[in-house]
Amino acid sequence: MMRRALVALGAFIALGFLALPIVAIFARVSPAKLVAQLSNPIVTNALVVSLKTTVIAQALILVFGTPAAYALARSFRGRGLLVTLVELPLVLPPAVAGIGLLAAFGRFGLLHTSVAFTQTAVILAVAFVSSPLYVRAAIAAFETVDPNLVAASRTLGAGPVKTFFRIELPLARSGLVAGEALAFARSLGEFGATIMFAGSLPKVTQTLPLAVYSAFDVNFDVALAIGALLVVISAALLIALKWLASSSTSRFPFALSTSS
Amino acid sequence: MARLLLDFTLPLRAFDLELSLAVERTVALVGPSGAGKTSVLRVVAGLAQPSRGRVAFDGEDWTGLPPERRRVGFVFQDYALFPHLSVRANIAYAGAIDDLLERLDITPLADALPGELSGGERQRVALARALARKPDVLLLDEPLAALDAHTKSQVRSELSELLRTLGLPTLLVTHDYEDAASLADEVGVLVDGRLRQLASPAELVAQPADAFVASFTGANLLHGTARASEDLTEVRLEGGERVFSTDSGEGAVGVVVYPWEVSVARAHEDDSALNVLRGEIGSVVEIGNRVRVRIGPVTAEVTASSAARLDLARGGVAYATFKATGTRLVPL
Repeated sequence: MMRRALVALGAFIALGFLALPIVAIFARVSPAKLVAQLSNPIVTNALVVSLKTTVIAQALILVFGTPAAYALARSFRGRGLLVTLVELPLVLPPAVAGIGLLAAFGRFGLLHTSVAFTQTAVILAVAFVSSPLYVRAAIAAFETVDPNLVAASRTLGAGPVKTFFRIELPLARSGLVAGEALAFARSLGEFGATIMFAGSLPKVTQTLPLAVYSAFDVNFDVALAIGALLVVISAALLIALKWLASSSTSRFPFALSTSS
Repeated sequence: MARLLLDFTLPLRAFDLELSLAVERTVALVGPSGAGKTSVLRVVAGLAQPSRGRVAFDGEDWTGLPPERRRVGFVFQDYALFPHLSVRANIAYAGAIDDLLERLDITPLADALPGELSGGERQRVALARALARKPDVLLLDEPLAALDAHTKSQVRSELSELLRTLGLPTLLVTHDYEDAASLADEVGVLVDGRLRQLASPAELVAQPADAFVASFTGANLLHGTARASEDLTEVRLEGGERVFSTDSGEGAVGVVVYPWEVSVARAHEDDSALNVLRGEIGSVVEIGNRVRVRIGPVTAEVTASSAARLDLARGGVAYATFKATGTRLVPL
């Protein structure tokens, strides 16, 4: 009896602690207020910057991250080192990522480019910080594809390209989707690296998280409204991810069976 | 008939696999696990690159060609069916389905996913898919290993029938000598990457090249036709003799008799409880302190001292006797 009570109490405290900030935001921002803030130019500008940079960053992550993950899913000498390199941005403090990006791409950086404090810088910062989430998941997803299925495909007359698109990609699909959803969420919330490398210029580099930070000094209600907006978007993303994961048993177009 | 020719060296982790082999009908490679059997199939399919030598089909050099440009039908040990594709899509992946669904009796399964099939059904789908490739050569990796005992005997007879109808050069590997003997015209014993002996199943039992082959190839397999006879099963062998078994069976069967279950006599002892086969002594081979004697269709194993006492020599006549309980029947 005692033990059950303790477990219940622990669970109550943990869940309460996790839910409280979310509840607090919505306690202060009614749905009507939230909708009203959607016409506030600070909010709409930040929303446009956020969506644009996040979507472009995701495209880059998918286009470059997928082949990288596919290559890293094979075993070869030095693979461990390369995988660690890919994972490093995950454990770096965002401020270090930001300063590193400046040191590489800044006006006086290694490559002497002028992308710092432009929208391109936001995209680079977001991609740098969130791509490891996708690449790591994609490596694991490609690793789980049975090499015998790849061999079978080849003996059945399919070349490497057909084998990739018809066998490997569909079988790795649920892992790729999960990794991409995590990367998307991380991109949308990116703060530290962006503010150091891209600054917080409204309409150019000010994303939603940066707008929360900048509005919070001026108008707490606006900051809360943007916060509420981010909660809604993130929750929608999480629900979509869970739905995708559970509906992956459907057959088309990239079907996955529950058994193997 | 077209021939598959192999002559190559493939370095494996523990040893080099070295093989020189011509496959015209059905050749089975048997051997303990880790002997390199599957690697042979992978080399033929182009999935492994030998360090030396060549693979050729009907005069056409396949060495260096990628797998998709060799016309092989490879049935993997675990069947390697694509789990996300239906049975129909799995087969169509390799080529036109034509009558393959009917031929392999899998029409009702066409829309099922591989995960919903039994072992025997998966094997038929894997065979259908390999045949949709319109292969010149068939490669079967442990075709019966993944099946339970009951399914296995049925699948073995279906497979044997199918291989005969197809008439393709077929290379199959198995760790089970009995499966090899019942499916193949020639059996090769592969140990540590070397072919110890290549011969017909009967020759292999009668004249094993060494002690390993002798212990591995164990049993005689006599072909015949079975019918029930009182409480026993009567089998009329291909040579016309009749033997009885306590196992049940019907139609075309193989009678399995281990050489050490067979005793040898120079005169016919009248004992109705025994199966007696009279035959010419074909070969006498010493394996350590034992001697293997071929008498007509059956090989017996006797001690060296009783071989000396019986004065066994090629060309003489002897009687091989074994109990009905010492036999097993396998469907063919």
